[in-house]
Amino acid sequence: MCISSQILLIGIGNEYRSDDSIGLNVIRALKEQELPDTMLIESSGGGAELIEMLSSVRIAILIDAVSSGGKPGAIYRFDALRQTIPAQLSFQSTHVFGVAEAIELARVLGRLPPSLIVYAIEGENFSIGVGLSLKASEAVQKVVERVSCEVQDVLKEFRAEFPLEDEISLKVERTGTDLA
Amino acid sequence: MKNKTIKVDYLARVEGEGALYVKIRDNKVSDVKLKIIEPPRFFEAFLRGRMYSEAPDITARICGICPVAYQMSAVHAIEQAFGVKVEGQLRELRRLLYCGEWIESHVLHIYMLHAPDFLGYPDAMHMARDYPEIVKRGLKMKKTGNAIVALLGGREVHPINVRVGGFYKAPSKQELGQLVEQLKWGREAALETVLWTAQLPFPDFEQDYEFVALRHPTEYPFNKGRLVSNKGLNIAIQDYENHFIEEHVAHSNALHSVLKGRGAYFVGPLARYNLNFDRLSPLAQEAAKNAGLDSICKNPFQSIIVRSIEVLYAFDEALRIIEGYDLPEQPAVEFQPQAGIGSACTEAPRGILYHRYKLSGEGLILDAKIVPPTSQNQKTIENDLRNYVEQAILLPEDQLTWQCEQAIRNYDPCISCATHFLTLYIERE
Repeated sequence: MCISSQILLIGIGNEYRSDDSIGLNVIRALKEQELPDTMLIESSGGGAELIEMLSSVRIAILIDAVSSGGKPGAIYRFDALRQTIPAQLSFQSTHVFGVAEAIELARVLGRLPPSLIVYAIEGENFSIGVGLSLKASEAVQKVVERVSCEVQDVLKEFRAEFPLEDEISLKVERTGTDLA
Repeated sequence: MKNKTIKVDYLARVEGEGALYVKIRDNKVSDVKLKIIEPPRFFEAFLRGRMYSEAPDITARICGICPVAYQMSAVHAIEQAFGVKVEGQLRELRRLLYCGEWIESHVLHIYMLHAPDFLGYPDAMHMARDYPEIVKRGLKMKKTGNAIVALLGGREVHPINVRVGGFYKAPSKQELGQLVEQLKWGREAALETVLWTAQLPFPDFEQDYEFVALRHPTEYPFNKGRLVSNKGLNIAIQDYENHFIEEHVAHSNALHSVLKGRGAYFVGPLARYNLNFDRLSPLAQEAAKNAGLDSICKNPFQSIIVRSIEVLYAFDEALRIIEGYDLPEQPAVEFQPQAGIGSACTEAPRGILYHRYKLSGEGLILDAKIVPPTSQNQKTIENDLRNYVEQAILLPEDQLTWQCEQAIRNYDPCISCATHFLTLYIERE
């Protein structure tokens, strides 16, 4: 997969496991906002593909549902470059090589992008079925707002870190409206 | 450690929906229960009243790891009902797509999930600290499988290019040709993988299984053939439900699939290999011999070697198909829907996947039945745990727990269809 857009937004989930589709719903709502300089991807969370995607960009924001025993609808935000993914989100898996595993493996292999933010949203209902619970739905709205602000913040932060040639090349690459 | 209970609980997202439970009393296994919820039941209901043309894409959503298998079983079953025959290059393209999925799925399991068990690591991340180049090789091989699925399926996960009668769009010879270099690299990497897995330490554990797989007159099976076993079964797929039944068991929402009058059976790489060794390509047969593997393997822990051989076969077969490919005149054969019942089995990475559809004259799905490989292996996994724990009962608790989990992973169970996460702990009585 060739990803050239500047900020990669990945929503992870399973459409048919109710609140597990939170990440997918966030991405769909963000698509309507037509954010500049972003590439939006809906993913089922395969770890190997995530590593591949993450190692091909400089800035990524990942959105996924979790069930860590917290309050339904709670929103957690992690800077994956500054901290490992907390244990309660890092489950052992017989089969799926998932999000937390992918991030940590990418870290070991030196394939994390320079910027990776993870939004984890506490789901309420993960049973088989379609549609979100009320709490999850409300959380999706909040996350959409936060992520669209974050896109601008991350851009600014990134520019502060790479002010010279990178800035020029960023401008050349961008095709949308200038956020600065 | 005379009395104890080993429990595996599915965590978090699906809490309470499934578990493994092994009870030990006086150093004997007194009970084993493996519970796996079955999402296909939901999809069966979901399919009723939909058009036949939606079945491949809806069922592909059952599993993020083996969507091609669901699509293939769906289209073959519906084509059987409609009397559609897909031959020649279109059939070859379907085999090529299946090669991609086997590579993706098997490589993921070998490198990321199963190998860490043998090498004493809790996961691939820890393994990667000591074996970064090995893990990178696995990721690169998987990417090659993804490239096949992306090209033929329209995208890497949940391919959308498959339809009843063929494909929406067939790739040009040139497009397929672009895969050749990476497939050649993948074939070499697969040879190395076979040798690498063959030197892992294996517990001594052989059982007298009934292996069930497809068997085709000339091909190593993907999507055509009769259903055969090493104990005399030899039936057309349309007779599946006369020989296999699903039983309700008290401890699980899931149905256990059994062979009528015979009980548990074994599907997946080991079954395919044991029943079809002579259908592997010469290169794959030779690699098996060099790895010290006989043409029959009854140790489920060695399924990691057999998966590697199937990966090698898939690369080899993919290259053969691409070499002989010519763009078909039409991407799909023409047909008219007709009322009827159709069924099919294809070889998903983890074993036979059965679909049956009852269709109206307009092509509406009136009824659907889906039996995934993992529910067919469920009873065999329970038997393995019972026999393995009995034989290893004096091991320290942490090792025994570890090996129970490893014994489940021998089957690469498609728990992801139902659940994402599994953890394991022992509870003493």
